[in-house]
Amino acid sequence: MSEVKKFLYVNRKAPYGTIYALESLEVVLIGAAFDQDVSLAFLDDGVFQLTRNQNTETIGVKNFSPTFRALGDYDVTKLYVERESLAERGLSESDLQEITYEDEDDDWAEKPSIRIVSRAEMADIMADQDVVLSF
Amino acid sequence: MKIGIVVSEGPYTHQAADTAYHFVKSALAKGHEVPRVFFYHDGVNVSTRLSVPPQDERHIQKNWTALAGEHGIDLVVCIAAAQRRGLLDQNEAERQGKDANNIAEGFRISGLGQLIEMGIQTDRLVTFGD
Amino acid sequence: MSTLHTVNKSPFTNGSLLSCLKHCRPGDAILLIEDGVYGALKGSTVADAVCENLADVRLFLLGGDVRARGIEDEKILSQARTVEYDGYVDLVVEHDRTQSWL
Repeated sequence: MSEVKKFLYVNRKAPYGTIYALESLEVVLIGAAFDQDVSLAFLDDGVFQLTRNQNTETIGVKNFSPTFRALGDYDVTKLYVERESLAERGLSESDLQEITYEDEDDDWAEKPSIRIVSRAEMADIMADQDVVLSF
Repeated sequence: MKIGIVVSEGPYTHQAADTAYHFVKSALAKGHEVPRVFFYHDGVNVSTRLSVPPQDERHIQKNWTALAGEHGIDLVVCIAAAQRRGLLDQNEAERQGKDANNIAEGFRISGLGQLIEMGIQTDRLVTFGD
Repeated sequence: MSTLHTVNKSPFTNGSLLSCLKHCRPGDAILLIEDGVYGALKGSTVADAVCENLADVRLFLLGGDVRARGIEDEKILSQARTVEYDGYVDLVVEHDRTQSWL
């Protein structure tokens, strides 16, 4: 049995203007197969990745925001979003998509995957990892 | 100590591939192991063997190929990122019906699982990007 | 348990250094590399923000990047220590994880 490591994917960039957000999500999806302890962090412009109502029809680029809602099926259920980063951008939790997962340890109850945390809590989460992958 | 490396920006435009190269050389000189370097995002562009920089400039791809040959480093190019950007090895070129391939010696194309595996198997992971 | 943070962008065009400073914990270290070394300039508009956060956090600069950019010693914050690539490797090894603020 191989050891389980804590992986944190740090997302600090907005979607579409650059490819980092999409290719980060691709790593998360592939990484889910490795049964590690996975968390995602969204701070700075990374919080823009999770906003509602993204519509990319006119720019001709694939809208990958619905994929975040599928992460629960991959057992990726910890999406930490920094409150200060939202506030600095005039956003609040209600501007973000609803992302949920079914908790197998709690009779498959539907629970929110997005957890709004303070900057200090985000620093603690970062300090609790084995591997930090930045995008 | 085992140190895994991620290079996530392309050569020449960004300094990332140069900084990573100097870091890896120093790590090896100090007796650490660098089992794998994973090239992602535009970092995959480091692997083209068709790059022809001016003679008085460093040749980033050749430097990596030489270092990997000398120390047995596994240079892995992400297949998804590479295909988007037109980097194909011989197998992929044939499979996709393309008339050429361009991956340099010492590099191999593989999946993102190699990145996760590197994170699991190394003691430290260092990302060079922009 | 501590983290090595690396920052490779100028703080005058990008928020990575300031964001990094806000997420450091006591015992962490910040290594400025590439254009990140401009973040250690004395008297700049970010110098106060940098110094305010250095009580329990060490600040390092990558020497090759400092020299490449022609930054003279007297222009650099006194709290910053210069390391070479081998020192960079030591910092990675000394800390439990490395976080690149890309």
